[in-house]
Amino acid sequence: MEVITWLEWAFDAVLSVGLLWLAWRALASPDLFKAIVLFVSFGLLMALAWVRLDAPDIALAEAAIGAGLTGALLLAALARLRAIAFKDTSVPPPQFSKPQFLHWLLIFFLLWLGAGLGYAIWVLPPYSTGLSVAVAAHLDASGVSNPVTAVLLNFRAYDTMLEMIVLLMALLGIWSLGGFPPHTDMPTGSVLDTFSRLLVPVFILVAAYLLWIGADAPGGAFQAGSVLGAAGVLLLLSGWRPRVSLTQWPLKLALAAGSSAFVIMGLLTILYEGQLLAYPAAQAGMLILFLESLATISIGATLAALFLGRSSDHEENQ
Amino acid sequence: MSNAFLYALVGVGLFSLGFYALIRHVHLLRKILAINVMGSGVFLVLVALAKRTGSALPDPVPHAMVITGIVVAVSATALALILMLKLFAETGQAALSDRRKE
Amino acid sequence: MIPSDYVAVVLLILGGIFFFSGTVGLLRFPDVYTRLHALTKADNVGLGLIVLGLVVQAESWFVVGKLLLIWLLVLFAGASASHLIAKRALHRGIRMWK
Repeated sequence: MEVITWLEWAFDAVLSVGLLWLAWRALASPDLFKAIVLFVSFGLLMALAWVRLDAPDIALAEAAIGAGLTGALLLAALARLRAIAFKDTSVPPPQFSKPQFLHWLLIFFLLWLGAGLGYAIWVLPPYSTGLSVAVAAHLDASGVSNPVTAVLLNFRAYDTMLEMIVLLMALLGIWSLGGFPPHTDMPTGSVLDTFSRLLVPVFILVAAYLLWIGADAPGGAFQAGSVLGAAGVLLLLSGWRPRVSLTQWPLKLALAAGSSAFVIMGLLTILYEGQLLAYPAAQAGMLILFLESLATISIGATLAALFLGRSSDHEENQ
Repeated sequence: MSNAFLYALVGVGLFSLGFYALIRHVHLLRKILAINVMGSGVFLVLVALAKRTGSALPDPVPHAMVITGIVVAVSATALALILMLKLFAETGQAALSDRRKE
Repeated sequence: MIPSDYVAVVLLILGGIFFFSGTVGLLRFPDVYTRLHALTKADNVGLGLIVLGLVVQAESWFVVGKLLLIWLLVLFAGASASHLIAKRALHRGIRMWK
């Protein structure tokens, strides 16, 4: 057992150094493309760190969203940036002069801040149960046995409700500015086409599995939704476009389903139970699964819909 | 004593690194990357400190907050990126200028 | 330790060796095509060995199925991704190292 403990410490130390090093390289790399690729690998290492911290729920979300989707968004934005810059190079690069002493002042301030925060963490008591005892005590009444799902969909379900609305708002803002339509300067080819067509059913299966298993093991609406969203992004990147009729009310319905279900459920629970999103204990499990299913569809549709948009938008402004 | 404190300190390090890059870099895409690294640092501190329960099961409340946070972070990042693209299409620079347009 | 544990340890260590050599190849090979070669060959087999090592210790057939599915998906994804990278590299006219 001694050896295993030492190996774990060694792994944690390597992972910590790797995280800091990758973050630094991602932020300091002179090439933007390299910086984004390094940032994606930083996200994957973060997923490992979540596993080491006994947070498999977060690891799943981070691997799909933090590394996958954020990377796709960043690369799409970089491609658009370069496409615009290629057409219009008359504007000189911005000149900002910063006095040297401000730089040193900043480093001094950050060292001071980092040391202060580090000290504040260091002097915390080594053990603190936080809210884990309260969660464990009421887990039986929550309708699910995975404590993270219980917190997300029952004890603090209002967080999730507001988050669904945040997601919808962000999408509306992004759509009104044009969205991230995939940048296609070369045909995608048969391998990617076949691959994505083969994989999408598997993605849907995995999403359903994650949604179902989330009641008593790591998984749930966010992870399932991000897998579903990734399937949509993959299809859009490989050149597939939904029929126009599909992007009207069916898409809008899918986007709004999660938030509306939460709002309606909130109103009903206020009426019947006297409190926002306090489910009757006997039906809690079923109600959570219902809310989660609609939330999964909405999260998946919203994340994929980021990549739908008017591709000619920036050209009109030239 | 678990690895919780190690990861919490790494989180502080990531936050400081990101803060430094946020202020030093001019390019908005780099500033967005920096904010994301800062966010990861904050998440790491939250989840690492949730591990100090003394039992095998960590505190699930910060975990749920961080999952929510990751999804909010990606939507905020997407909105920031599209605003940057709009700014670039309008002004030709992916940077904020100190001077106002006369 | 029971006999299956020894088998698992051997398979996991073998898998680790494949991953290690694949990574060395990724870092040391001269151009994008040889690096892809090092990565996909070594990591497909390396992951396969690690999956087998875990299969030996799996508690149920359901877990075995999930592990094999992971391997299969990574094989597919790795093959498609390296095809795309190589095609893109050819398209941009990156020369092969000789």
